[in-house]
Amino acid sequence: MTDVKNLEELFQSKIDAEQKIEPKDWMPEKYRKTLIRQISQHAHSEVVGMLPEGNWITRAPNLRRKAILLAKVQDEAGHGLYLYSACETLGVSREQTIDDLLSGKAKYSSIFNYPTLSWADIGAIGWLVDGAAIMNQVMLCRTSYGPYARAMVRICKEESFHQRQGYEIMAVLAKGTPEQKEMAQDALNRWWWPSLMMFGPTDANSPHSAESMKWKIKRQSNDELRQTFIDRTVQQAEVIGLSIPDPDLKWNEATQHYDWGTIDWTEFNNVVAGNGPCNKERLVARNKAHDEGAWVREAALAHAAKKAKRKAA
Amino acid sequence: MSNNPNNWPLWEVFIQSKRGLEHKHVGSLHAADPQMAIENARDVYTRRQEGQSIWVVPAGAISSSQPDDAAMLFDPADDKTYRHPTFYTMPEGAKYI
Repeated sequence: MTDVKNLEELFQSKIDAEQKIEPKDWMPEKYRKTLIRQISQHAHSEVVGMLPEGNWITRAPNLRRKAILLAKVQDEAGHGLYLYSACETLGVSREQTIDDLLSGKAKYSSIFNYPTLSWADIGAIGWLVDGAAIMNQVMLCRTSYGPYARAMVRICKEESFHQRQGYEIMAVLAKGTPEQKEMAQDALNRWWWPSLMMFGPTDANSPHSAESMKWKIKRQSNDELRQTFIDRTVQQAEVIGLSIPDPDLKWNEATQHYDWGTIDWTEFNNVVAGNGPCNKERLVARNKAHDEGAWVREAALAHAAKKAKRKAA
Repeated sequence: MSNNPNNWPLWEVFIQSKRGLEHKHVGSLHAADPQMAIENARDVYTRRQEGQSIWVVPAGAISSSQPDDAAMLFDPADDKTYRHPTFYTMPEGAKYI
């Protein structure tokens, strides 16, 4: 018992001294479990996140936009891979992690349970959804677990174009015909609040946060990150002439931040519980892709075995 | 590579200089088994405190692309400048983007 206590103190002293924890280090079981849950959810979000955007690849308005969207969706697949690999360093198998997604046991970011109804939604996702994700991911570049932090550095570097391509789409639409501007505004109206929900529950209602902060898995609170995102995004909306769908939004000279309205947490909890507009559709699509890809995985193994046999002969 | 079983096999050595950084390839050495390879790597590659963690990998286990094929292998990335943030035109005055 004393031994575990000493190990925990040693572990915490490393964290306090801003040293990274590496896979072979001793770590509290709860730290390992928390990371497995968080990193796998993050990986699942990258993978499921390809679905709403993939929906528009064949209908992108021109070749330039199509190539960009393809490149972005391709990046998300890569980011899922980096994160699944980081997760495997904690002693869970890839197969188990993926099975948990496919069975519906594991969660992913609720934002991807909303539908992409118009081309402007692709702009709104890049600008707002990737913008919000980047806020979180920049923080995670300094997370205490080495393999996770290294994956995040790579992801942030690659992702720097994602938000810009989305904002560019919105800027172009906002300067276009009245119909195009209306389409951009409608996308902003629908994606604004779900984007704010991406930062998770308020600090007062975030049960795991204190421990994650102590272990420096998280380095900034949900509310802090959300506020920074709002402060930055309001200015970007003004520049392109779109309005944020929040009647309570007002600059507060005293705090030097925007005051803003209230998130509909009932909606948030509903989507997390599986009752969002696209929860079922997303899982069906993932399972279908997995099942229909089974023969490719089998064929690759059979081909590798045949080559090995030929080489040995 | 010698096939004489009496010769010690070759190991590739990777050193992590500091917690949080990746392991980087530094060179190779011969040793009879993984434990000896790690100890030899410590003596050869970290005499001046260059590392805090060592990986050794049997050299034969590493597969490599052919340098002569590089142009063809990496060709797909050549015409995709839109993977870089500088490709996009941002509206005048927009901050933090």
